[in-house]
Amino acid sequence: MGKNLFQKVWDDHTVRQLDSGQYQVFMALHLIHEVTSPQAFGMLKDKGLSVAFPGRTFATVDHIIPTDNQSRPLQDDMAEQMIQVLSDATSEHGIEFFAPESGSQGIVHVVGPEKGLTQPGMTICCGDSHTATHGAFGCIALGIGTSQVRDVLASQTLAMDPLKVRRIRVEGELGVGVTAKDVILHIIRILGVNGGVGYAYEYAGSVIDAMTMEERMTVCNMSIEGGARCGYINPDETTFEFLKGRERVPQGAEFDAACEKWRSYASDPDAQYDDEVVIDAKDIKPTVTWGVTPAQAISIEEIVPSPDKAEGLDKDLITDALDYMKLKADAPIKGTKIDVAFIGSCTNGRLSDFQAVARVIAGKKVAPNVRAIAVPGSEQVDKDARAEGLDKVFEDAGFEWRKPGCSMCLAMNPDKLVGDEVCASSSNRNFIGRQGSPTGRTILMSPIMVAASAIQGSVADAREVFGLQEDAA
Amino acid sequence: MSITKVAGRGVYVPGNDIDTDRIIPARFLKCVTFDELGPSLFFDERFDADGNTKGHPLDEGKHAGAEILISDDNFGCGSSREHAPQAIQKFGLKAVIAGSFAEIFHGNCTTLGIPCVVMDKENRSRLAAQVESNPEEELILDLEGQQIIFANEIYPMTMKASTREAFLAATYDPLDNLLSARDQIQDTAQKLGYA
Repeated sequence: MGKNLFQKVWDDHTVRQLDSGQYQVFMALHLIHEVTSPQAFGMLKDKGLSVAFPGRTFATVDHIIPTDNQSRPLQDDMAEQMIQVLSDATSEHGIEFFAPESGSQGIVHVVGPEKGLTQPGMTICCGDSHTATHGAFGCIALGIGTSQVRDVLASQTLAMDPLKVRRIRVEGELGVGVTAKDVILHIIRILGVNGGVGYAYEYAGSVIDAMTMEERMTVCNMSIEGGARCGYINPDETTFEFLKGRERVPQGAEFDAACEKWRSYASDPDAQYDDEVVIDAKDIKPTVTWGVTPAQAISIEEIVPSPDKAEGLDKDLITDALDYMKLKADAPIKGTKIDVAFIGSCTNGRLSDFQAVARVIAGKKVAPNVRAIAVPGSEQVDKDARAEGLDKVFEDAGFEWRKPGCSMCLAMNPDKLVGDEVCASSSNRNFIGRQGSPTGRTILMSPIMVAASAIQGSVADAREVFGLQEDAA
Repeated sequence: MSITKVAGRGVYVPGNDIDTDRIIPARFLKCVTFDELGPSLFFDERFDADGNTKGHPLDEGKHAGAEILISDDNFGCGSSREHAPQAIQKFGLKAVIAGSFAEIFHGNCTTLGIPCVVMDKENRSRLAAQVESNPEEELILDLEGQQIIFANEIYPMTMKASTREAFLAATYDPLDNLLSARDQIQDTAQKLGYA
């Protein structure tokens, strides 16, 4: 009987089984950032421990970095201190640090893949739940807590329970204006925010096969929003083509050998799964959230659900979410006034996200009452976008083009909603208070839907605003 | 030290899908140690913009000093921030009872020695109502017997087997155990070309 990718990578990296029944698993790549990792170095010091494999950990700064003025020292003293602690700890322990303005800084889940640090068949971890992003390359990629960051620094291993694997096949062809973001929002809507607990998600099917690596990263990124511990996609020619020539990837004959090895991690045709879900691409429309969890989502064509049609706790959840969002039940979501538009984050802050928006916003203007910001995911994305003149296209349309960071996805830097502002956002979480104001409201959607909404001044259908039509056959 | 039993007064914070941004809003993550996080627990749920209390269960006089948190399904979903269980612990809470837990949160709690205990909806509602009307009474979480005792009544609960085992065997903080396999770690790294 064949094995799936999760089983192969897990077996390869298992050091031993522990007495508790858990397994000790080696981590091929460890990524750290300034919010969840500096404390771990303090824990090491308390125990008199050193870093076991400093060459397998890489650091960057993303959550707290301002996107307007990044000159040091940062204006926010605590933000400056957090960078400094990380900088000192990495230099003390011989860990490579992609510092601001080094040309390599960016959101940890954008930097790993773009440098080629993320490679198929790896176990990857980071003190950040969106680590699942790296699963796009065929990795077991796990978000971990700070004590586990300590464990990995000290031993390069984690104590873990194995996961079940659910294959999610998305079959068919996506309609025009339907993006990878809509695919993952639709999956979470169907399977729920806790549907994935205990599982790794394997995304497969013709829609996933046809996606670019950046689209696959968008899908895997939000696995955690569906409750899955991680999500992955089997490595294929698209994966190898993306990796070829990247800075930290083997070159020449070594690259060919690496591809052979990477290919061998892909799930066998006769692999077994603990569960399987098939989704028809025709059912996926441009999708937006209306509530306070990513599963509280509908297509742009639908009306906001009513608590009257639900029962028990579902009824309470809908009632509470509508209260918070100040939305009316049974009304269209389209036309909901917005105050802020945000394009960026580890979900949708890559070059292709900005290219897709630039193609449609040229010659259009952001509505006068909307504050619109575009935040590249890394210094490299920023550089590549500028080389193509994308920054100018965004600025001409009325967006601010910012410096790289997590920015308004979680608002740990100065980019925040004010009061109960509504934000059309390409990020990953619409939790209460997520974007920096305890009463701020987030509506998640794809980058082109954010752009359409920014131009319209209200939640809009990108297909209508930009006149996107199916090609006549 | 093994954890076989947790005793303390309870407090019920109702709601499904209580995420880690609600448990501790991101602005309180600006810190380089976890020491000061206790007062930030559920901050925006407890206080309005002017700092006035909103009457959250944690701030009700009758629940002052409660040590066991009771909530509903998918507790701790969202971010991997260990700041969430750290804030729970620093606030003075020692265990969480819920319908289910998000996995990263569950793992973080375990490492810190905070048992996460699962109880079905019917028993949870009954227990929450009992705690509400009898807030001075102590709950006893018996990890060995896999039961909760409150006011002479026994409530069934479950725990992930490996987690329960780790509490009973005092290996819930796995670091010493992980480090005891240094040679095997090296062997695995060699085999994979990672050394």
